[in-house]
Amino acid sequence: MMKKRSVSKSAHASVTVDSDSRPAKGSVVLLIGTRKGPFILHGDKSRRTWKLAPPMFIGSIVHHMAMDPRDGRTILMAARTGHLGPTIFRSTDLGKTWKEASKPPAFSKSPEGENGLVLDHNFWLSPGHPDEPDVWYAGSSPPGLFRSEDGGVTWEGVAGFNEHPMRSTWVGALGDAPPGGATLHSIMIDPRDLNHMYICLSGGGVFESMDKGADWHPLNKGLISEFLPVPDAEYGHDAHCMRLHPLLPDRLYQQNHCGIYRMDRADGAWVNIGNKLPKVVSDHSFPIVLHPRDPETVWVFPLDGSFPLGRVSPRGKPATYITRNGGKSWQRQDKGLPQTHGWFTVKRQGMTVDAHDPAGVYFGTTGGEVWGSRNEGETWTCLASHLPEIYSVEAAELAR
Amino acid sequence: MKVYVPTPLRSYTHQKSQVEAEGHTLDELVRDLDRRYPGCRFRIIDEQDHIREHIKIFVNQEQVRTLAVSLQPSDEVQIICAISGG
Repeated sequence: MMKKRSVSKSAHASVTVDSDSRPAKGSVVLLIGTRKGPFILHGDKSRRTWKLAPPMFIGSIVHHMAMDPRDGRTILMAARTGHLGPTIFRSTDLGKTWKEASKPPAFSKSPEGENGLVLDHNFWLSPGHPDEPDVWYAGSSPPGLFRSEDGGVTWEGVAGFNEHPMRSTWVGALGDAPPGGATLHSIMIDPRDLNHMYICLSGGGVFESMDKGADWHPLNKGLISEFLPVPDAEYGHDAHCMRLHPLLPDRLYQQNHCGIYRMDRADGAWVNIGNKLPKVVSDHSFPIVLHPRDPETVWVFPLDGSFPLGRVSPRGKPATYITRNGGKSWQRQDKGLPQTHGWFTVKRQGMTVDAHDPAGVYFGTTGGEVWGSRNEGETWTCLASHLPEIYSVEAAELAR
Repeated sequence: MKVYVPTPLRSYTHQKSQVEAEGHTLDELVRDLDRRYPGCRFRIIDEQDHIREHIKIFVNQEQVRTLAVSLQPSDEVQIICAISGG
């Protein structure tokens, strides 16, 4: 059942949000993408007992899996099938059986004599707006945006971005890309307006469309990137992960290469909230996740950001940090996590929350461990270990 | 003509290691393969019509590097997948 909820007035149309904000009560499933295949971890209703489903697609590189909250059963999986290029698989029975997209995402064929883009991997999957129940979006490396209107069976490039005259300028040259390849990620649809979209580029920054992807403009005012010749440039920033709160869609949070930021659209600029983290902890990280019902509550997983960017837990003491006031202050959460020699790394898609009360928080490490908390990060338990390098973790609710 | 299919592609050919396909050029042959075994072309050829990095194609045991190469009905085509990495 969808529930109407009022949201604050903003620079955008002030309307109500159709969103189910009731706490979930059913069992939770964690969809885990790894460098060597997908894994599904089934939790019971209490979220105390977890069981791994039998392995599948072993050897495939899985960057992301996402369940469709609109039907509660369809899962899409972004896979790179070994040596045979990128594709997308689809399951409508919670991962028991899969079928490959008949037309997976691919860039347009370039005119003869020109070097066209070749898709290396699909990186990010986002279900579309509830009013477009079969629409999905995919972000790729090299950065591209793709749309499916049939639940992920066939895909077309979003020409408004992929062929935008500024795309190559925003994305930068091939040599500018990070080691894993430049990506388009954090695809978000405004729950009030299916035409209003956000995407992020690594690097490039945040971009916004008001017309369902037909045109885009940078949304990076307030960001400071010391690695850029002009630190407050209009674009070129390295957005690691961005989230929009579904109940307060004009509130955006971003974990950036150079800090943690919040934007309230009415203010029109990003505000650094990472500088409120304790000085012994870096504000360099990859994931950022939001509480399902409280737009002021956010978790990050700080990594060592000192040169040469160790990107492991600072001092070998892993912890999440939570703010409950929109970034004015942060509290450390490390109960149950290793107190020493815990050299965890968590990637940008490797952390997620469920919709229970209290909310469950989960993260997967590059060392193949999945950690979970049933009490909003107060205590942590290892839910699974010995998995391959984890790229992504998404929590899916099987029932409300 | 006969087309040899490497192990990683056999999920598309119902596990057959050898299949039949027709075409006056390699491009036509791969498109015919895709008609018979949907999805396999994009695993062999990328969106810019280049043979994928880890795929090698041989016609009568001679490697070819372009889809424009002409074929005869008596030709034998081998698709090889080079495995690397860990």
